[in-house]
Amino acid sequence: MFKHIAPNSRITRRTLLKTLGLGGTAALLPDRARAAALPASGGETATLLDLSKCIGCGACVQTCREVNASRYPDPVKPLPTLLPPGTRNEDFSDKRGDDTRLTPYNWLFIQSARVDGKEVHIPRRCMHCQNPPCANLCPWGAASKRESGTVSIDAEVCLGGAKCRDVCPWQIPQRQSGVGLYLHILPTMAGNGVMFKCDRCQDRVATGQLPACVEACPQSVQSVGPRNELAAAARRMARERGGYIYGLEENGGTNTIYYSPVPFEKLEAAVAKGPGKPHLASVADSMADSNTLAWAVLLAPLAGAASALLKGTKRILASREAKGGSHE
Amino acid sequence: MNSAWIYRIAMAVLAVSGVAQMPVFKRYGIASIPGFGWTADYFFTHRLHYAAAALLLFWLARRLMTGGPAALGRARLWLLGVLVLTGAVRVLKNLPDVDFSPLTVMLVDWTHLAAAMAIGLAALLMLARRRADARAPINRR
Repeated sequence: MFKHIAPNSRITRRTLLKTLGLGGTAALLPDRARAAALPASGGETATLLDLSKCIGCGACVQTCREVNASRYPDPVKPLPTLLPPGTRNEDFSDKRGDDTRLTPYNWLFIQSARVDGKEVHIPRRCMHCQNPPCANLCPWGAASKRESGTVSIDAEVCLGGAKCRDVCPWQIPQRQSGVGLYLHILPTMAGNGVMFKCDRCQDRVATGQLPACVEACPQSVQSVGPRNELAAAARRMARERGGYIYGLEENGGTNTIYYSPVPFEKLEAAVAKGPGKPHLASVADSMADSNTLAWAVLLAPLAGAASALLKGTKRILASREAKGGSHE
Repeated sequence: MNSAWIYRIAMAVLAVSGVAQMPVFKRYGIASIPGFGWTADYFFTHRLHYAAAALLLFWLARRLMTGGPAALGRARLWLLGVLVLTGAVRVLKNLPDVDFSPLTVMLVDWTHLAAAMAIGLAALLMLARRRADARAPINRR
């Protein structure tokens, strides 16, 4: 049932330089379009979190920290001086134990709120958008989305510009300065570390295991499976139990779907928000306008060719008219 | 409008909106200059980049159809070819329901960036050479 996710690519600086010249060729060799590659019964893999089951025990947070500890950043100190003056480092290395928010050392935390007399706990991590602006707009190719629906950031490639956080509707990725590729390029002038977030334990999943947070949950809050099936399950739960759903439409659809017994508007008003503490408001598709314009880009060469043909035809007609005129 | 000016305008907007895709205008304080706030708006500059790309592609197709590849010059044809191909892959990647492997995405992004920088450098070199030629004594031209 659970679709395997390919392991992350590992890129060294040597590979970076060697392959720069080969990128044009690579452009001709794209992987398959997802729609064509997935089995008919499948689709992207999603997780459905039934918040009515979550007791906020924190087992998912604890196991996430244990399983991913070896991937946490180990920054050089002192952190590089950044230019221009006023550019600040972001350092969480002295707050590694903080599990009250998202940090480079904590990729999952639990928000809690009391709404309509009910205590609701919400495990928060990357939403794994179906059309993620972080992966689409990363200018350096460090963030990407897999056919499986997982959105990941390659820590060996990321320069820590934090654009992914700026364009993420929930500001999920978190920056740690003093680590990563930028230290070997122009550490004072460009880059500022590496961005970290949940990648749904893609290394574990590649070996046939479940994401650690799913496996560790004593309440079986999370279900994992094809998105279309889980979306249908969420709708059925909402219909039969009178609950609410978040993630089906947000930012064009996410692969993290929440079912809640209370309205998300009320949860949004009740939860603490701020840096590393994402909201629960409804979100419009942030790539919609660009994707409408994409059709103009793809059709522009046809319009140019048509314009050239029109110009040629006009010229031929004009010369014929001129010839006809000279005969008269 | 003169055809060369369409190309110049498209390339100038592509250059600015392309650089704006990197987090530099905010970091280097340009976005805080009154009237330049838009340079740090990633979604706006992304749409601007697409619009200018459409203009460039329109011009390129028209030019190639009317003048043939020789009308562009071999070096520019190659550089623009790489730029357009990698840009097209990026546009496709950004559409919903289209995904490429992380390695492909990364190589395409780097190559797009490298091609853009090469075109910028080539344009500067050509400009410098033209100026030098203009300053040279007439009998050395």
